[in-house]
Amino acid sequence: MPQAAIEISGLRKVYGQGDTAVEALKEVNMRIQPGEVVGLIGPSGSGKSTLLKCLGAVTEPTAGEIRFNGETVYANGWRVGDIRALRRDRIGFVFQAPYLIPFLDVTDNVALLPMLAGRPNAEARARALDLLTALDVAHRARAQVSQLSGGEQQRVAIARALANQPPVILADEPTAPLDSERALTVVRILNQMAQQYRTAIIVVTHDEKIIPTFRRIYHIRDGRTYEEAGEGRAF
Amino acid sequence: MISLAGRDILHAWGKYVFTGLGLGLLIGVTLSMAGIYRGMVDDAKVLLRNSGADIWVVQKDTLGPYAEPSSLHDDIYRSLLGLPGVARAANATYLTMQVRRSDEDVRVMVVGITPGQPGEPGYLLAGRRLTRSHYEAIADIKAGLAQGEKVRIRRNDYTVVGLTRRMVSSSGDPMLFIPLKDAQAAQFLKDNEAIRNDRARTAANPALNRPGVPGLIEAIDASKTESRSVNAVLVQVAPGWPPAAVAENIRRWKYLQAYTVADMEDILVSKLISTSARQIGMFLVILAIVSAAIVSFIIYTMTLSKVREIAVLKLIGTRNRTIAGMILQQALGLGLIAFVVGKTVATLWAPHFPKYVLLEPGDAIRGFFAVMAICALASTLAIRTALKVDPAEAIGG
Repeated sequence: MPQAAIEISGLRKVYGQGDTAVEALKEVNMRIQPGEVVGLIGPSGSGKSTLLKCLGAVTEPTAGEIRFNGETVYANGWRVGDIRALRRDRIGFVFQAPYLIPFLDVTDNVALLPMLAGRPNAEARARALDLLTALDVAHRARAQVSQLSGGEQQRVAIARALANQPPVILADEPTAPLDSERALTVVRILNQMAQQYRTAIIVVTHDEKIIPTFRRIYHIRDGRTYEEAGEGRAF
Repeated sequence: MISLAGRDILHAWGKYVFTGLGLGLLIGVTLSMAGIYRGMVDDAKVLLRNSGADIWVVQKDTLGPYAEPSSLHDDIYRSLLGLPGVARAANATYLTMQVRRSDEDVRVMVVGITPGQPGEPGYLLAGRRLTRSHYEAIADIKAGLAQGEKVRIRRNDYTVVGLTRRMVSSSGDPMLFIPLKDAQAAQFLKDNEAIRNDRARTAANPALNRPGVPGLIEAIDASKTESRSVNAVLVQVAPGWPPAAVAENIRRWKYLQAYTVADMEDILVSKLISTSARQIGMFLVILAIVSAAIVSFIIYTMTLSKVREIAVLKLIGTRNRTIAGMILQQALGLGLIAFVVGKTVATLWAPHFPKYVLLEPGDAIRGFFAVMAICALASTLAIRTALKVDPAEAIGG
């Protein structure tokens, strides 16, 4: 069995203690290969956001295990010294809204991550330009964020998520504000990028338009995940 | 690594610069207040220096001509000239009053001097010194009088023959120098009705209007209308004599109060303007607190408007110190703009103040560091808020 980009087993998250304790995640198991894009679907309150926060290392799980590219990063406690570096170097984030930094231009929004990782500015900007070219927004490289369309902003956000070549990208309803055509374009881009950069992408979504595009879907209900084969419909 | 603070400032530079301008005006007021205090002290020192006196001799147990009323006979200077160490001595009178200038009143301190003696202004900007015995004046330019202009003091008109500067009283009234005799008349001479009334009273007094003593009543009347008083005698000491020793001699042998320049400085600075200084000091403290509060609110509001960006920055791995540095740099940048604006406007509007405003480089340097310290301190609230932002806010849910 090839090494998974991300592997989660027996993940639990309990908020509070004693009588007031709420078990948001009871038993989460996932395994996603490099270059694979999977959907994560579930009703409100099912634990999607909690799972995303645990995988994004912004909330500490209560128990279980998380491995990135075979390396254990969480096993009943974080196994990495610098959580911030873990988020910066090994996890990419794409949000419902692009949440680009408005005071940086397009290139520097993408280059900021490699710069934070200590790479020289020139090298970080070259990497950003490569990604912007791959995502077909290189012509807006010097533009301010406010000058971009919604679709362009989302592409820049995807470029930013890929900037440090993380093994995992967490996409939280990335197509929610987009119409069908643009939503499918974003999913197509995510699939292309996953293939090109061998990154595993988890797309949390309610969007009926894009659900048929996933080859594999994880349903989450009452804090438990259930795997299902998707339609994997062509774009 | 790029400067996040710099980029954020450039992104909304108009708002940032205008905020700095507003704060700068406040700092300009603060620097001006310090300048007003320095100006008062400097005015006092320049006044003492320009008068050319080493010792001020005044009525016993009084604080001198600028601080308290003092009355001396105008012949005392002759006996002072006989004391060892006294090179020159001259009478002087001081009276703050309204003088009439064509169709308006001007508030001045009228100083009676003996031309060529201690007490006259040290230098002139225009015109000449007093040469005639009567009806000439030298005015400080702050009085707004022009050379050749006439001013009315009591019953007489005086022609301004010279202009000087930096000769103002401790309350900021410009000085108008006139001949001593005229000043004595202006200060002590009664009006005609009062003189006639006085004469009638004397004549009606049988003890003073005695038969068989010819000339007595005339002598009494004459003594009442003559002005033989001055407020101070200004003394210059002979070379090689310490002013403190000469002053001590005067106190010992003449039963008068004698102040050296240092004593007079102490009286003017420590006593006369100390209340004003405390008032200004209090105002400075309040302005500093208000400035700190305003910077604090501005930086805090700027930070609150960026909570989502800060959450994203933290989520993608930005260190706390980078975020804190960004806020601190913005606060310091704001302080820098505000200081430059404040210093500039204070310099520009200082000459337009009715009283002298002295902006000392030392105050400016201290002000700069105070502004920077206040800005750094004010940014701590915003930094605390930023560091508390949960990166999870970027994810939502």
